[in-house]
Amino acid sequence: MSTAIARVLDPTRAGRAMVGVLAIMLFMTLLAAAAGIGAGRGAAALGARLSGRATVQLTDADPVARTAAAARALAALRSSSAVTSARAVPRAELEKLVAPWLGSAADDPDLPMPELIDLELAPGDDALATARAVLRRAAPSAVIDSHGAAVAPLARLLRVAAVVAAAAAALMVAASAAVVVLAARAGLEAHRATIAVIHGLGATDIQVAGLFQRRVARDAATAALVATASAGAATALLVRPFAAGSGALGDAVALGAQGWGVLAALPFAFVGFAALVARRTVTHALARTL
Amino acid sequence: MRRREVVSGRVAGIVQFENVGLRYGQGEEVLRDVSFALAPGEFYFLTGASGAGKTSLLSLLYLAQRPSRGIIRLFGEDVVTLPRARMPGFRRRIGVVYQDFRLVPHLSIADNVALPLRIAGADESDVAEAVHEMLAWVGLSHRATARPVTLSGGEQQRVAIARAVAGRPELLLADEPTGNVDEAMADRLMQLFTSLNGLGTTVVVATHDPQLLRQVKAAQLMRLADGRLLDPTGALRFPPARVSMA
Repeated sequence: MSTAIARVLDPTRAGRAMVGVLAIMLFMTLLAAAAGIGAGRGAAALGARLSGRATVQLTDADPVARTAAAARALAALRSSSAVTSARAVPRAELEKLVAPWLGSAADDPDLPMPELIDLELAPGDDALATARAVLRRAAPSAVIDSHGAAVAPLARLLRVAAVVAAAAAALMVAASAAVVVLAARAGLEAHRATIAVIHGLGATDIQVAGLFQRRVARDAATAALVATASAGAATALLVRPFAAGSGALGDAVALGAQGWGVLAALPFAFVGFAALVARRTVTHALARTL
Repeated sequence: MRRREVVSGRVAGIVQFENVGLRYGQGEEVLRDVSFALAPGEFYFLTGASGAGKTSLLSLLYLAQRPSRGIIRLFGEDVVTLPRARMPGFRRRIGVVYQDFRLVPHLSIADNVALPLRIAGADESDVAEAVHEMLAWVGLSHRATARPVTLSGGEQQRVAIARAVAGRPELLLADEPTGNVDEAMADRLMQLFTSLNGLGTTVVVATHDPQLLRQVKAAQLMRLADGRLLDPTGALRFPPARVSMA
Protein backbone atom coordinates (compact mmCIF):
# COMPACT_ATOMS: atom_id res chain seq x y z
CA MET A 1 0.00 0.00 0.00
CA SER A 2 1.37 3.40 -0.87
CA THR A 3 2.50 5.85 1.76
CA ALA A 4 -0.26 8.17 0.56
CA ILE A 5 -2.90 5.79 1.81
CA ALA A 6 -1.23 5.64 5.22
CA ARG A 7 -2.95 8.97 5.84
CA VAL A 8 -6.33 7.24 5.74
CA LEU A 9 -6.23 6.82 9.52
CA ASP A 10 -7.08 10.11 11.18
CA PRO A 11 -3.77 11.47 12.57
CA THR A 12 -5.60 13.55 15.18
CA ARG A 13 -6.65 10.30 16.82
CA ALA A 14 -3.08 9.28 17.47
CA GLY A 15 -2.49 7.43 20.72
CA ARG A 16 -0.32 9.86 22.66
CA ALA A 17 -1.17 8.01 25.85
CA MET A 18 0.15 4.81 24.30
CA VAL A 19 3.43 6.51 23.45
CA GLY A 20 3.79 7.55 27.08
CA VAL A 21 2.93 4.11 28.44
CA LEU A 22 5.24 2.36 25.98
CA ALA A 23 8.05 4.77 26.86
CA ILE A 24 7.63 3.98 30.56
CA MET A 25 7.50 0.25 29.84
CA LEU A 26 10.65 0.33 27.74
CA PHE A 27 12.40 2.57 30.26
CA MET A 28 11.70 0.03 33.00
CA THR A 29 12.65 -2.84 30.69
CA LEU A 30 16.00 -1.22 29.92
CA LEU A 31 16.73 -0.57 33.58
CA ALA A 32 15.76 -4.13 34.53
CA ALA A 33 17.86 -5.53 31.70
CA ALA A 34 20.84 -3.37 32.70
CA ALA A 35 20.47 -4.49 36.32
CA GLY A 36 20.21 -8.13 35.23
CA ILE A 37 23.23 -7.95 32.96
CA GLY A 38 25.23 -6.10 35.63
CA ALA A 39 24.32 -8.56 38.37
CA GLY A 40 25.06 -11.52 36.15
CA ARG A 41 28.44 -10.13 35.17
CA GLY A 42 29.15 -9.22 38.79
CA ALA A 43 28.41 -12.76 39.98
CA ALA A 44 30.63 -14.22 37.29
CA ALA A 45 33.46 -11.76 38.01
CA LEU A 46 33.22 -12.36 41.75
CA GLY A 47 33.44 -16.10 41.27
CA ALA A 48 36.33 -15.87 38.82
CA ARG A 49 38.28 -13.39 40.97
CA LEU A 50 37.93 -15.05 44.34
CA SER A 51 37.36 -18.75 43.80
CA GLY A 52 41.12 -19.36 43.32
CA ARG A 53 42.23 -17.45 46.40
CA ALA A 54 42.62 -18.44 50.06
CA THR A 55 44.15 -17.11 53.27
CA VAL A 56 46.14 -19.13 55.80
CA GLN A 57 45.94 -17.90 59.39
CA LEU A 58 48.28 -18.91 62.22
CA THR A 59 47.21 -17.84 65.70
CA ASP A 60 49.62 -19.56 68.11
CA ALA A 61 49.83 -17.57 71.34
CA ASP A 62 53.64 -17.85 71.42
CA PRO A 63 55.04 -15.37 68.90
CA VAL A 64 58.19 -17.42 68.31
CA ALA A 65 56.25 -20.62 67.66
CA ARG A 66 53.78 -18.66 65.49
CA THR A 67 56.55 -17.22 63.33
CA ALA A 68 58.25 -20.62 63.01
CA ALA A 69 54.97 -22.31 62.05
CA ALA A 70 54.31 -19.58 59.48
CA ALA A 71 57.73 -20.11 57.93
CA ARG A 72 57.15 -23.88 57.74
CA ALA A 73 53.73 -23.41 56.24
CA LEU A 74 54.99 -20.90 53.68
CA ALA A 75 57.79 -23.19 52.57
CA ALA A 76 55.53 -26.24 52.34
CA LEU A 77 52.86 -24.37 50.41
CA ARG A 78 55.36 -22.89 47.96
CA SER A 79 56.60 -26.38 47.17
CA SER A 80 53.09 -27.74 46.62
CA SER A 81 51.71 -28.08 43.08
CA ALA A 82 48.30 -27.06 44.42
CA VAL A 83 49.56 -23.53 45.05
CA THR A 84 50.49 -21.09 42.32
CA SER A 85 51.85 -18.43 44.69
CA ALA A 86 52.08 -17.91 48.43
CA ARG A 87 52.91 -14.64 50.13
CA ALA A 88 53.36 -13.84 53.79
CA VAL A 89 51.32 -10.76 54.61
CA PRO A 90 53.64 -8.20 56.23
CA ARG A 91 52.78 -6.90 59.70
CA ALA A 92 52.44 -3.37 58.27
CA GLU A 93 49.54 -4.56 56.08
CA LEU A 94 47.90 -6.25 59.05
CA GLU A 95 48.18 -3.05 61.06
CA LYS A 96 46.45 -1.19 58.23
CA LEU A 97 43.70 -3.77 58.20
CA VAL A 98 42.92 -3.40 61.92
CA ALA A 99 43.58 0.36 62.08
CA PRO A 100 39.91 1.27 61.38
CA TRP A 101 38.96 -0.55 64.61
CA LEU A 102 42.00 0.04 66.83
CA GLY A 103 43.20 3.42 65.62
CA SER A 104 46.79 4.30 66.67
CA ALA A 105 46.86 1.24 68.97
CA ALA A 106 47.28 -0.86 65.84
CA ASP A 107 50.88 0.39 65.62
CA ASP A 108 51.73 -1.03 69.07
CA PRO A 109 54.55 -3.58 68.47
CA ASP A 110 53.32 -5.60 71.46
CA LEU A 111 49.87 -6.05 69.93
CA PRO A 112 49.55 -9.74 69.12
CA MET A 113 48.80 -10.23 65.44
CA PRO A 114 48.18 -13.51 63.62
CA GLU A 115 50.50 -14.54 60.83
CA LEU A 116 48.68 -14.49 57.48
CA ILE A 117 49.64 -16.07 54.17
CA ASP A 118 47.88 -15.11 50.93
CA LEU A 119 47.47 -18.04 48.58
CA GLU A 120 46.70 -18.26 44.92
CA LEU A 121 45.56 -21.79 44.25
CA ALA A 122 46.23 -23.76 41.11
CA PRO A 123 43.21 -24.38 38.87
CA GLY A 124 41.22 -27.46 39.80
CA ASP A 125 38.58 -28.47 42.31
CA ASP A 126 41.01 -30.36 44.60
CA ALA A 127 43.63 -27.58 44.97
CA LEU A 128 42.12 -26.33 48.24
CA ALA A 129 41.98 -29.82 49.75
CA THR A 130 45.58 -30.51 48.71
CA ALA A 131 46.77 -27.22 50.23
CA ARG A 132 44.90 -28.04 53.45
CA ALA A 133 46.60 -31.44 53.62
CA VAL A 134 50.03 -29.84 53.06
CA LEU A 135 49.33 -27.35 55.85
CA ARG A 136 48.15 -30.09 58.25
CA ARG A 137 51.53 -31.72 57.94
CA ALA A 138 53.64 -28.51 58.06
CA ALA A 139 51.69 -26.48 60.63
CA PRO A 140 48.79 -28.35 62.22
CA SER A 141 47.48 -25.25 63.99
CA ALA A 142 47.06 -23.28 60.74
CA VAL A 143 43.58 -22.50 59.46
CA ILE A 144 42.90 -22.03 55.74
CA ASP A 145 39.90 -20.01 54.49
CA SER A 146 38.77 -20.04 50.87
CA HIS A 147 37.75 -16.56 49.66
CA GLY A 148 35.32 -18.15 47.23
CA ALA A 149 33.48 -19.89 50.06
CA ALA A 150 33.31 -16.60 51.98
CA VAL A 151 31.70 -14.68 49.14
CA ALA A 152 29.59 -17.56 47.78
CA PRO A 153 26.38 -16.20 49.36
CA LEU A 154 26.99 -12.79 47.73
CA ALA A 155 27.63 -14.41 44.36
CA ARG A 156 24.44 -16.44 44.77
CA LEU A 157 22.55 -13.27 45.66
CA LEU A 158 23.85 -11.56 42.53
CA ARG A 159 22.81 -14.52 40.39
CA VAL A 160 19.31 -14.47 41.92
CA ALA A 161 19.16 -10.70 41.33
CA ALA A 162 20.08 -11.28 37.68
CA VAL A 163 17.30 -13.85 37.27
CA VAL A 164 14.78 -11.58 39.00
CA ALA A 165 15.80 -8.67 36.78
CA ALA A 166 15.47 -10.84 33.66
CA ALA A 167 12.02 -11.96 34.81
CA ALA A 168 11.03 -8.33 35.44
CA ALA A 169 12.21 -7.37 31.96
CA ALA A 170 10.23 -10.26 30.46
CA LEU A 171 7.13 -9.16 32.38
CA MET A 172 7.58 -5.60 31.11
CA VAL A 173 7.75 -6.91 27.55
CA ALA A 174 4.58 -8.93 28.12
CA ALA A 175 2.85 -5.87 29.59
CA SER A 176 4.00 -3.81 26.61
CA ALA A 177 2.49 -6.39 24.28
CA ALA A 178 -0.78 -6.14 26.22
CA VAL A 179 -0.70 -2.35 25.87
CA VAL A 180 -0.19 -2.66 22.12
CA VAL A 181 -3.04 -5.16 21.84
CA LEU A 182 -5.37 -2.81 23.74
CA ALA A 183 -4.22 0.18 21.71
CA ALA A 184 -4.70 -1.67 18.42
CA ARG A 185 -8.19 -2.75 19.45
CA ALA A 186 -9.04 0.78 20.56
CA GLY A 187 -7.66 2.04 17.26
CA LEU A 188 -9.83 -0.38 15.33
CA GLU A 189 -12.85 0.87 17.25
CA ALA A 190 -11.92 4.55 16.79
CA HIS A 191 -11.40 4.11 13.05
CA ARG A 192 -14.23 1.65 12.52
CA ALA A 193 -16.06 3.84 9.98
CA THR A 194 -12.95 4.48 7.92
CA ILE A 195 -11.99 0.81 7.98
CA ALA A 196 -15.49 -0.14 6.82
CA VAL A 197 -15.08 2.23 3.89
CA ILE A 198 -11.68 0.97 2.76
CA HIS A 199 -12.76 -2.63 3.34
CA GLY A 200 -15.75 -1.97 1.10
CA LEU A 201 -13.41 -0.54 -1.52
CA GLY A 202 -11.48 -3.82 -1.56
CA ALA A 203 -8.73 -3.33 1.00
CA THR A 204 -7.32 -6.63 2.24
CA ASP A 205 -6.84 -7.48 5.92
CA ILE A 206 -3.09 -7.18 5.40
CA GLN A 207 -3.51 -3.68 3.99
CA VAL A 208 -5.66 -2.57 6.92
CA ALA A 209 -3.31 -4.23 9.40
CA GLY A 210 -0.42 -2.49 7.67
CA LEU A 211 -1.95 0.89 8.47
CA PHE A 212 -2.07 0.08 12.16
CA GLN A 213 1.31 -1.62 12.11
CA ARG A 214 2.86 1.50 10.61
CA ARG A 215 1.22 3.73 13.19
CA VAL A 216 2.15 1.53 16.15
CA ALA A 217 5.73 1.23 14.86
CA ARG A 218 5.94 5.01 14.65
CA ASP A 219 4.54 5.43 18.17
CA ALA A 220 6.83 2.71 19.53
CA ALA A 221 9.84 4.34 17.85
CA THR A 222 8.97 7.65 19.50
CA ALA A 223 8.60 5.86 22.83
CA ALA A 224 11.90 4.05 22.26
CA LEU A 225 13.74 7.32 21.66
CA VAL A 226 12.38 8.86 24.85
CA ALA A 227 12.92 5.68 26.90
CA THR A 228 16.44 5.05 25.64
CA ALA A 229 17.53 8.61 26.34
CA SER A 230 15.94 8.53 29.80
CA ALA A 231 17.30 5.08 30.67
CA GLY A 232 20.76 6.10 29.48
CA ALA A 233 20.72 9.19 31.69
CA ALA A 234 19.32 7.26 34.65
CA THR A 235 21.89 4.49 34.29
CA ALA A 236 24.71 7.03 34.12
CA LEU A 237 23.46 8.71 37.31
CA LEU A 238 22.99 5.41 39.13
CA VAL A 239 26.36 3.89 38.29
CA ARG A 240 28.45 7.04 38.78
CA PRO A 241 29.06 6.46 42.51
CA PHE A 242 30.29 2.92 41.81
CA ALA A 243 32.10 3.48 38.56
CA ALA A 244 35.25 4.74 40.27
CA GLY A 245 35.41 1.55 42.35
CA SER A 246 37.12 -1.61 41.29
CA GLY A 247 36.61 -5.30 41.92
CA ALA A 248 33.44 -7.24 41.37
CA LEU A 249 31.16 -4.23 41.91
CA GLY A 250 33.09 -2.26 39.34
CA ASP A 251 32.75 -5.17 36.93
CA ALA A 252 29.03 -5.26 37.58
CA VAL A 253 28.43 -1.62 36.67
CA ALA A 254 30.72 -1.89 33.64
CA LEU A 255 28.24 -3.82 31.49
CA GLY A 256 30.80 -4.72 28.87
CA ALA A 257 30.48 -4.49 25.10
CA GLN A 258 28.12 -7.46 24.97
CA GLY A 259 25.88 -6.01 27.68
CA TRP A 260 25.72 -2.60 26.04
CA GLY A 261 25.06 -4.35 22.73
CA VAL A 262 22.06 -6.15 24.22
CA LEU A 263 20.76 -2.89 25.71
CA ALA A 264 21.24 -1.04 22.41
CA ALA A 265 19.37 -3.77 20.52
CA LEU A 266 16.42 -3.79 22.94
CA PRO A 267 14.71 -0.59 21.64
CA PHE A 268 14.88 -1.83 18.05
CA ALA A 269 13.52 -5.23 19.07
CA PHE A 270 10.83 -3.43 21.06
CA VAL A 271 9.66 -1.44 18.01
CA GLY A 272 9.61 -4.53 15.82
CA PHE A 273 7.80 -6.52 18.48
CA ALA A 274 5.16 -3.80 18.95
CA ALA A 275 4.54 -3.59 15.21
CA LEU A 276 4.23 -7.37 14.96
CA VAL A 277 1.80 -7.52 17.88
CA ALA A 278 -0.31 -4.74 16.31
CA ARG A 279 -0.38 -6.54 12.98
CA ARG A 280 -1.46 -9.84 14.51
CA THR A 281 -4.07 -8.17 16.71
CA VAL A 282 -5.67 -6.35 13.77
CA THR A 283 -5.62 -9.31 11.38
CA HIS A 284 -7.08 -11.48 14.12
CA ALA A 285 -9.87 -8.95 14.78
CA LEU A 286 -10.61 -8.49 11.07
CA ALA A 287 -10.80 -12.24 10.55
CA ARG A 288 -14.00 -12.19 12.59
CA THR A 289 -15.63 -9.82 10.09
CA LEU A 290 -16.72 -10.46 6.52
CA MET B 1 -13.69 5.95 -20.44
CA ARG B 2 -13.73 3.15 -22.99
CA ARG B 3 -17.08 2.38 -24.62
CA ARG B 4 -18.10 -1.24 -24.64
CA GLU B 5 -19.41 -3.10 -27.63
CA VAL B 6 -23.18 -3.43 -27.94
CA VAL B 7 -24.41 -6.85 -28.90
CA SER B 8 -27.70 -8.67 -28.70
CA GLY B 9 -28.77 -11.97 -27.23
CA ARG B 10 -28.83 -13.56 -23.81
CA VAL B 11 -25.66 -13.85 -21.74
CA ALA B 12 -25.01 -15.11 -18.25
CA GLY B 13 -25.89 -12.46 -15.69
CA ILE B 14 -23.26 -10.34 -14.04
CA VAL B 15 -25.28 -11.01 -10.87
CA GLN B 16 -27.44 -14.02 -10.14
CA PHE B 17 -29.56 -14.58 -7.04
CA GLU B 18 -31.27 -17.91 -6.50
CA ASN B 19 -33.78 -18.28 -3.67
CA VAL B 20 -31.78 -15.96 -1.48
CA GLY B 21 -32.93 -15.33 2.06
CA LEU B 22 -31.43 -13.01 4.65
CA ARG B 23 -32.10 -12.69 8.33
CA TYR B 24 -30.30 -10.67 10.99
CA GLY B 25 -29.50 -12.79 14.03
CA GLN B 26 -32.49 -14.88 15.06
CA GLY B 27 -35.02 -12.41 13.64
CA GLU B 28 -37.43 -12.94 10.76
CA GLU B 29 -36.11 -12.97 7.22
CA VAL B 30 -35.83 -9.51 5.75
CA LEU B 31 -35.33 -10.98 2.27
CA ARG B 32 -37.20 -14.08 1.16
CA ASP B 33 -36.71 -16.29 -1.86
CA VAL B 34 -35.18 -13.53 -3.90
CA SER B 35 -34.21 -14.71 -7.38
CA PHE B 36 -33.04 -12.53 -10.25
CA ALA B 37 -30.22 -11.99 -12.69
CA LEU B 38 -28.69 -8.73 -13.84
CA ALA B 39 -27.40 -8.50 -17.37
CA PRO B 40 -24.12 -6.72 -18.04
CA GLY B 41 -24.46 -3.10 -19.12
CA GLU B 42 -28.07 -2.69 -18.00
CA PHE B 43 -29.56 0.00 -15.78
CA TYR B 44 -31.78 -1.16 -12.93
CA PHE B 45 -33.89 0.67 -10.44
CA LEU B 46 -34.53 -1.12 -7.18
CA THR B 47 -37.67 0.25 -5.62
CA GLY B 48 -39.85 -0.49 -2.69
CA ALA B 49 -41.26 1.12 0.37
CA SER B 50 -39.07 1.97 3.27
CA GLY B 51 -38.17 -1.29 5.05
CA ALA B 52 -38.88 -3.43 1.98
CA GLY B 53 -35.29 -4.70 1.98
CA LYS B 54 -33.58 -2.52 -0.62
CA THR B 55 -30.54 -1.70 1.52
CA SER B 56 -30.28 -5.32 2.67
CA LEU B 57 -30.31 -6.54 -0.91
CA LEU B 58 -27.67 -4.01 -1.87
CA SER B 59 -25.53 -5.04 1.09
CA LEU B 60 -25.57 -8.60 -0.25
CA LEU B 61 -24.54 -7.27 -3.64
CA TYR B 62 -21.58 -5.32 -2.33
CA LEU B 63 -20.53 -8.23 -0.10
CA ALA B 64 -21.10 -6.54 3.23
CA GLN B 65 -22.76 -9.75 4.40
CA ARG B 66 -23.56 -13.28 3.38
CA PRO B 67 -27.11 -14.54 2.84
CA SER B 68 -28.77 -16.87 5.32
CA ARG B 69 -29.66 -19.17 2.46
CA GLY B 70 -29.65 -19.39 -1.31
CA ILE B 71 -27.01 -18.86 -3.94
CA ILE B 72 -25.43 -15.61 -5.09
CA ARG B 73 -23.15 -15.50 -8.11
CA LEU B 74 -21.16 -12.42 -8.91
CA PHE B 75 -19.23 -12.24 -12.16
CA GLY B 76 -19.94 -15.94 -12.61
CA GLU B 77 -18.61 -17.10 -9.23
CA ASP B 78 -20.47 -18.28 -6.15
CA VAL B 79 -19.71 -15.66 -3.51
CA VAL B 80 -21.65 -17.34 -0.69
CA THR B 81 -18.90 -19.89 -0.19
CA LEU B 82 -16.14 -17.58 -1.37
CA PRO B 83 -13.17 -17.55 1.06
CA ARG B 84 -12.69 -14.24 2.89
CA ALA B 85 -9.29 -13.81 1.32
CA ARG B 86 -10.86 -13.52 -2.14
CA MET B 87 -13.53 -11.00 -1.14
CA PRO B 88 -11.37 -7.89 -1.72
CA GLY B 89 -10.83 -8.84 -5.35
CA PHE B 90 -14.57 -8.96 -5.91
CA ARG B 91 -15.21 -5.76 -3.98
CA ARG B 92 -12.78 -3.92 -6.24
CA ARG B 93 -15.03 -4.77 -9.19
CA ILE B 94 -18.02 -3.17 -7.49
CA GLY B 95 -18.56 0.54 -6.92
CA VAL B 96 -20.88 1.62 -4.14
CA VAL B 97 -22.52 5.00 -3.58
CA TYR B 98 -23.90 5.12 -0.08
CA GLN B 99 -26.84 7.24 0.94
CA ASP B 100 -24.72 8.84 3.66
CA PHE B 101 -21.70 9.23 1.31
CA ARG B 102 -19.20 7.64 3.74
CA LEU B 103 -16.38 9.92 2.71
CA VAL B 104 -13.30 9.86 4.91
CA PRO B 105 -13.62 13.24 6.67
CA HIS B 106 -9.97 14.08 7.26
CA LEU B 107 -8.90 13.30 3.69
CA SER B 108 -9.16 15.77 0.84
CA ILE B 109 -11.69 15.25 -1.94
CA ALA B 110 -8.89 14.10 -4.23
CA ASP B 111 -7.57 11.63 -1.65
CA ASN B 112 -11.07 10.25 -1.13
CA VAL B 113 -11.49 9.66 -4.85
CA ALA B 114 -8.00 8.15 -5.03
CA LEU B 115 -8.73 5.57 -2.31
CA PRO B 116 -9.89 2.65 -4.51
CA LEU B 117 -6.98 3.17 -6.87
CA ARG B 118 -4.41 3.27 -4.09
CA ILE B 119 -5.96 0.23 -2.46
CA ALA B 120 -5.64 -1.55 -5.80
CA GLY B 121 -1.96 -0.61 -5.83
CA ALA B 122 -2.02 1.84 -8.75
CA ASP B 123 1.03 4.03 -9.43
CA GLU B 124 0.74 7.52 -7.99
CA SER B 125 1.10 9.05 -11.46
CA ASP B 126 -1.85 6.98 -12.69
CA VAL B 127 -3.78 7.85 -9.55
CA ALA B 128 -3.28 11.59 -10.07
CA GLU B 129 -4.44 11.37 -13.67
CA ALA B 130 -7.50 9.26 -12.85
CA VAL B 131 -8.50 11.47 -9.92
CA HIS B 132 -8.21 14.57 -12.09
CA GLU B 133 -10.40 12.92 -14.72
CA MET B 134 -12.99 11.78 -12.17
CA LEU B 135 -13.23 15.15 -10.46
CA ALA B 136 -13.61 16.87 -13.83
CA TRP B 137 -16.34 14.39 -14.71
CA VAL B 138 -18.35 15.25 -11.61
CA GLY B 139 -17.52 18.97 -11.93
CA LEU B 140 -15.47 19.28 -8.76
CA SER B 141 -11.93 19.82 -10.04
CA HIS B 142 -11.80 23.18 -8.29
CA ARG B 143 -12.49 21.55 -4.90
CA ALA B 144 -9.81 18.83 -5.12
CA THR B 145 -8.04 19.91 -1.93
CA ALA B 146 -11.18 20.66 0.08
CA ARG B 147 -12.31 18.50 2.98
CA PRO B 148 -15.72 16.77 2.61
CA VAL B 149 -17.20 18.75 5.49
CA THR B 150 -16.83 21.96 3.47
CA LEU B 151 -18.97 20.63 0.61
CA SER B 152 -22.72 20.66 0.14
CA GLY B 153 -24.69 17.42 0.22
CA GLY B 154 -24.88 17.31 -3.57
CA GLU B 155 -21.16 17.91 -3.90
CA GLN B 156 -20.39 15.20 -1.37
CA GLN B 157 -22.62 12.82 -3.28
CA ARG B 158 -20.75 13.62 -6.49
CA VAL B 159 -17.46 12.92 -4.72
CA ALA B 160 -18.91 9.61 -3.53
CA ILE B 161 -19.87 8.80 -7.11
CA ALA B 162 -16.41 9.76 -8.38
CA ARG B 163 -14.85 7.50 -5.75
CA ALA B 164 -17.23 4.65 -6.62
CA VAL B 165 -16.34 4.75 -10.30
CA ALA B 166 -12.64 5.67 -10.01
CA GLY B 167 -11.66 2.01 -10.06
CA ARG B 168 -13.77 1.45 -13.24
CA PRO B 169 -16.12 -1.05 -11.57
CA GLU B 170 -18.17 -3.46 -13.61
CA LEU B 171 -21.10 -3.04 -11.26
CA LEU B 172 -22.20 0.24 -9.68
CA LEU B 173 -24.61 0.19 -6.76
CA ALA B 174 -26.23 3.36 -5.43
CA ASP B 175 -28.38 3.44 -2.32
CA GLU B 176 -30.85 6.34 -2.42
CA PRO B 177 -28.25 8.56 -4.08
CA THR B 178 -30.66 11.46 -4.44
CA GLY B 179 -32.09 11.22 -0.96
CA ASN B 180 -30.14 14.18 0.40
CA VAL B 181 -30.09 16.51 -2.59
CA ASP B 182 -32.50 18.88 -4.33
CA GLU B 183 -34.24 18.12 -7.60
CA ALA B 184 -31.71 19.86 -9.82
CA MET B 185 -28.85 18.00 -8.21
CA ALA B 186 -30.80 14.73 -8.45
CA ASP B 187 -31.07 15.30 -12.23
CA ARG B 188 -27.33 15.95 -12.37
CA LEU B 189 -26.52 12.79 -10.44
CA MET B 190 -28.77 10.68 -12.64
CA GLN B 191 -27.01 12.07 -15.68
CA LEU B 192 -23.74 10.87 -14.20
CA PHE B 193 -25.19 7.40 -13.65
CA THR B 194 -26.62 7.15 -17.16
CA SER B 195 -23.39 8.37 -18.74
CA LEU B 196 -21.51 5.73 -16.77
CA ASN B 197 -24.05 3.12 -17.82
CA GLY B 198 -23.56 4.26 -21.40
CA LEU B 199 -19.94 3.24 -21.03
CA GLY B 200 -20.98 -0.31 -20.17
CA THR B 201 -21.16 -0.35 -16.39
CA THR B 202 -24.11 -2.20 -14.91
CA VAL B 203 -25.91 0.23 -12.64
CA VAL B 204 -28.34 -0.53 -9.82
CA VAL B 205 -29.97 2.46 -8.15
CA ALA B 206 -32.10 1.85 -5.08
CA THR B 207 -34.72 4.53 -4.69
CA HIS B 208 -38.26 5.15 -3.58
CA ASP B 209 -38.48 8.36 -5.60
CA PRO B 210 -40.95 7.82 -8.50
CA GLN B 211 -39.65 10.97 -10.25
CA LEU B 212 -36.28 9.32 -10.64
CA LEU B 213 -37.67 6.27 -12.44
CA ARG B 214 -38.86 8.41 -15.35
CA GLN B 215 -35.41 9.74 -16.05
CA VAL B 216 -33.92 6.54 -17.45
CA LYS B 217 -36.32 5.23 -20.04
CA ALA B 218 -34.42 2.02 -20.72
CA ALA B 219 -34.03 1.07 -17.07
CA GLN B 220 -35.54 -2.12 -15.73
CA LEU B 221 -37.48 -2.05 -12.53
CA MET B 222 -36.92 -4.36 -9.57
CA ARG B 223 -39.63 -4.02 -7.00
CA LEU B 224 -39.28 -5.27 -3.48
CA ALA B 225 -42.19 -5.63 -1.12
CA ASP B 226 -41.91 -7.13 2.33
CA GLY B 227 -38.58 -8.76 1.49
CA ARG B 228 -39.81 -10.39 -1.72
CA LEU B 229 -38.94 -9.45 -5.27
CA LEU B 230 -42.02 -8.85 -7.41
CA ASP B 231 -41.23 -10.42 -10.76
CA PRO B 232 -44.48 -11.87 -12.13
CA THR B 233 -43.21 -12.32 -15.70
CA GLY B 234 -39.86 -13.81 -14.77
CA ALA B 235 -38.11 -11.13 -16.83
CA LEU B 236 -35.73 -10.37 -13.99
CA ARG B 237 -34.67 -13.97 -13.74
CA PHE B 238 -33.80 -14.23 -17.40
CA PRO B 239 -33.13 -10.69 -18.60
CA PRO B 240 -32.19 -10.00 -22.20
CA ALA B 241 -28.61 -8.82 -22.45
CA ARG B 242 -27.86 -5.74 -24.49
CA VAL B 243 -24.15 -5.30 -24.06
CA SER B 244 -21.13 -7.37 -23.29
CA MET B 245 -17.69 -6.39 -22.07
CA ALA B 246 -15.45 -5.39 -24.95
